[in-house]
Amino acid sequence: MSYRTIVTSLAIAALIGGGLAHGQAVQAQGTAAASVSAPDALVKSLSEDVLASIRKDPTLQSGDVARLNALVDEKILPHVNFEKMTRLAVGRSWRDASAEQRQALTREFRSLLVRTYAGAVSTAKDYQVQMKPFRAEPAETDVTVRTQAVPARGEPIQLDYRLEKTSAGWKIYDVNVLGVWLVENYRNTFTGEISRGGIDGLIKSLVDRNKALESKTS
Amino acid sequence: MNLLRALCRLAAALVLAGGLAACASIPPGAGSTPVDPLEVYNRHMFDFNDRVDRAVLKPVAQAYEAVVPKDLRVCVNNAFLNLLEPVNAINNLLQGKPLTAITDICRFAVNTTMGLLGCFDIATTGGLAPRSNEDFGQTLGRWGVLPGPYFVLPFLGPSTIRDTFGRLFDFLGTDPIWYIEDIPVRNSLVGARLVDTRASLLPAEKVLEAAALDKYQFVRDAYLQLRRNLVYDGNPPRLKDPDEEDSDDTPPAKSPDSPAPVADQPLPAQPR
Repeated sequence: MSYRTIVTSLAIAALIGGGLAHGQAVQAQGTAAASVSAPDALVKSLSEDVLASIRKDPTLQSGDVARLNALVDEKILPHVNFEKMTRLAVGRSWRDASAEQRQALTREFRSLLVRTYAGAVSTAKDYQVQMKPFRAEPAETDVTVRTQAVPARGEPIQLDYRLEKTSAGWKIYDVNVLGVWLVENYRNTFTGEISRGGIDGLIKSLVDRNKALESKTS
Repeated sequence: MNLLRALCRLAAALVLAGGLAACASIPPGAGSTPVDPLEVYNRHMFDFNDRVDRAVLKPVAQAYEAVVPKDLRVCVNNAFLNLLEPVNAINNLLQGKPLTAITDICRFAVNTTMGLLGCFDIATTGGLAPRSNEDFGQTLGRWGVLPGPYFVLPFLGPSTIRDTFGRLFDFLGTDPIWYIEDIPVRNSLVGARLVDTRASLLPAEKVLEAAALDKYQFVRDAYLQLRRNLVYDGNPPRLKDPDEEDSDDTPPAKSPDSPAPVADQPLPAQPR
């Protein structure tokens, strides 16, 4: 069924962006309570909050990177562990990286993700987020929260999050769009870049990519 | 097969024009990823498909999007998806999910009649379970067949060895469009479906272009994850994270490849 497969795989790609955008976007005027509440409640409030922000902000919908960055900083960042996300995507080479390299990797990866979402934000406003049943033992510190994004018409999109419990509350560290985990999808690419050019080679690729995207949008 | 013949002629022309082999850039170490031993071939074919797409399919899809109103496009998309409900039903049956298969048939009946040939998905609106998404490749996966190496098909794009057989079965056996006897009608529908599909991918493509450091790899890894997720109907068992950097003390120089993301196993039990 080439038809469906292709469609879905494309949709994925589109949504990887969108998904992260939500994934990270959450907890707006978030009360302090959100950081200690259950992980599914966090995802729900964050999703709704971010979607609400997008819906009422035409500048954001137009894919304005600066505005999106501000949104990420304000709402999403407090609930996302970008460093863990980057560490998992980099894999084993992470422990060979110096503190500066780790910082650079995290910064550039985050920047790439934000720029990617910028292209998908305009479509996000047409979706509603529905939570799927969530079961976890109270003692668990690593959970998956399942949701779906439902458009006004058309097929719902699977959107899942992995969260880890930290002393500062639950933190999202991976996002799944239509069955594709973001971290896993970057892992082979990162591994390949590192095997060819080392960690600095990967940093350079990310920097170049971000510069190219920047010059395209500005 | 006028369509196929036309495509072949087009392909030949493009190969001659572009020099197929000369164009794809093959990074060093290609083929060393466990899931992709055919990487060198795959990259060439991916590149070729990309050119065909940019030369023909994408412009047509963009024109379609520009000219046809959105409501009509949603209707067309629904109608084509509705045609696949019998395929969903057959595969759900083969996967031991008779209740889901019955739902698929109900959806098909309701949407084909009251939904005006599938234009409106009133089955979902009316409370039936949402559309499933099954094909024979997934059925094979459910039976325990491993996906095998990643394999890029000419014109059709990403696949695996298993899914290639699955697709062949869909094509020969279950896809209703190929049963239409009036050849011009059938070919028109096949063409229209292709344009519909391609158009629905346009927004995703923008994201892909931005997100991927290496488009080939990004598409490959997404495809493999996606298929695994579909085989397990959205609930695949979690793969081990190679996040061992605090516990695992083996030298880092080794193992440039992460664990294959495609280790489908036979399902122990029905997840729902």
